[in-house]
Amino acid sequence: MIEQRVVAPEYLFNEAEREEQFITGSEAVREAIKRANVDMAISYPITPQSESMHLVGDIYAEGYIKEYFRGENEFAVMSSVAGAAMGGVRVFTATGGPGTLRAFEAFPTWAGARLPVVCAFMTRGINSPLSIQPDTLEMAYMLDTGIIMLHAENSQDLYDMILQAFMIAEKPDVHIPVGVFVDGFFITHTRDRVKIAPPDLKLPPYNPYSAPVPVMDMENPPIRQMRDPFVMKSNFISYAAHASWQQEILAAAERSRRHIAHYLGNLLEAENETAPVMIVASGTAVSQSREAIESARQEGLDVGLVKLKSLRPFPTEELKAMTANAKAVIVPEFNRVGWLAREVRAALEAKVKVVGGPRVFGGMTMPPDLILDEIRRCANE
Amino acid sequence: MSKDFLRISPAFEDVMPAEYRELVASGPYGKGYGISDLGSHKELLEEHPLCAGCGLALSLRLTLSVLPAPEDTVIVGSTGCSALAFPQVALHNIHSLFGNQNAVASGLKRALKLRFPDKHKDVVVVAGDGATADIGLDMVMQSWFRGELITTIMLDNEAYANTGGQESGMSPKGAVLYMAPKGKKFQKVNMPELAREAGCVYVAAVSPANPKRLGKAIKRAILVAREVGPTYVQIFAPCPTNFKFKPQETIKRIKEREKDGTYLMREYISPEAQEYLAAMEGGTKDE
Repeated sequence: MIEQRVVAPEYLFNEAEREEQFITGSEAVREAIKRANVDMAISYPITPQSESMHLVGDIYAEGYIKEYFRGENEFAVMSSVAGAAMGGVRVFTATGGPGTLRAFEAFPTWAGARLPVVCAFMTRGINSPLSIQPDTLEMAYMLDTGIIMLHAENSQDLYDMILQAFMIAEKPDVHIPVGVFVDGFFITHTRDRVKIAPPDLKLPPYNPYSAPVPVMDMENPPIRQMRDPFVMKSNFISYAAHASWQQEILAAAERSRRHIAHYLGNLLEAENETAPVMIVASGTAVSQSREAIESARQEGLDVGLVKLKSLRPFPTEELKAMTANAKAVIVPEFNRVGWLAREVRAALEAKVKVVGGPRVFGGMTMPPDLILDEIRRCANE
Repeated sequence: MSKDFLRISPAFEDVMPAEYRELVASGPYGKGYGISDLGSHKELLEEHPLCAGCGLALSLRLTLSVLPAPEDTVIVGSTGCSALAFPQVALHNIHSLFGNQNAVASGLKRALKLRFPDKHKDVVVVAGDGATADIGLDMVMQSWFRGELITTIMLDNEAYANTGGQESGMSPKGAVLYMAPKGKKFQKVNMPELAREAGCVYVAAVSPANPKRLGKAIKRAILVAREVGPTYVQIFAPCPTNFKFKPQETIKRIKEREKDGTYLMREYISPEAQEYLAAMEGGTKDE
């Protein structure tokens, strides 16, 4: 194994001197994992996978990770990841698009089993028609799996959020999975400037006995020995046990808010939040919005921006506050269903007009002009 | 895990469940029990939810009674009848999803190897025929291809019994079951042969009609999987409920099938496994 020095997460995130590198999003994943003190990573090379998991394989060969293997498909990989996490190690994997859906049954069980898995989702289109292009549609499906969802705008976010995700996921009062989502191709396959900490530093190791559930290692009681297993029992106690467990998963996500705020600064970022027209976006749609806002300001239009970083838990109260003065909120998205507009509408409770769009999908890039058109329309109403 | 971890604080002795007190008093950890010690402890609680005469319940009891190191054994199960009994077993056990047991076990085994490099942590998959030969077949075989150091035990009741008796890949040809209303059209999947071809270094097909042989196979499979390679044990565990025979006829049923050649008991030991076992068993030969 390569010698690295364990440092406090806050030091690694905020204080360590950073070097700027010009790297792809997939390489940013590699750099994050290099510093994450990960015990095990499990990969699957689906097309369309990003290069991230084979780059993680490279750093395993270099001695940054103790164990690594290629599984047979995403469902199996997510299952193996569950097994590894139940065995008490820090584990990482990545997937995207069709792979996410192939593996889908596993995600709610990660949350249900209180596993602090960190998974990067390099979002891609979902068949059919056949597509391997960027699209955030899979995030719509993931919203109610019980996992925490962070959405990176760029490679810098991706690098930072992956490292921060481990710390959030492993907090004893949270201890549920964190998905770090990033727009495939736009981020994963393009180079950008990313500031990264020195490679000889790493996060503190995971302590499996900080888990709120028994580690499956036959080294800690209780072991399950009960006369009446709840599963299959049709009685009130069984229903109550299941219902309270589900609520506890939701509560764990709620409790993550303060940890997300601690490590990421906040669940959202806002600029010019007193403006009458606000754009609310996540992922690369934020970057496109920044360009549109720049043009709008040159036209003399007053428009602000909210960048959502955490989608689960959703920053409802913060969003309400940041749009309190707005007469219209525009939600540009990289998918056809408009899941973010639905979320925003639900959060703002019809107190402000929410424009669901513009939307591009199937792999198209979003011309800032489309967003600018919406800004003009809303500003002139 | 040493039994020291399980001591009950005297102040709570009277409020602990009877099952837990029994485990602390007479649990099998570190005792090296075998078939002949059945009855000295509760390897499976007596009020388990499996049917009267269930071949699987009997097989599970026998299997649990011969684990070489129950104190360091983690069971990975799957959806099916056996999953209903696992909460009543004094071992850590995982029931993740239907069919993913060998993938879960692969991750678990590697994790435990990382955390306990100087200790054998036996990861034993115990699943039904549907989970092993149908829905989970790719993950079962892929774990064998990869040479994962795990033991896979199939409790073969030749049907999806927990869901009311539907045809499985392990049902005999011609069997009339739900989803095979005109009788099953194809042969029982030859899992022992597949296991051998896929890289299992120890393969056995056994039944509770011969408890000693079953016990020996389980012990061997778990020991060999510690160091040599993946192992597979298939236990014929007929289902009186779905195959409509009397609960007291389970063993008779097994013997009949064995006699007419429609269920072959067998054992395959690779040369490496043979060598390993010879050293472990003090030179005793294969039966």
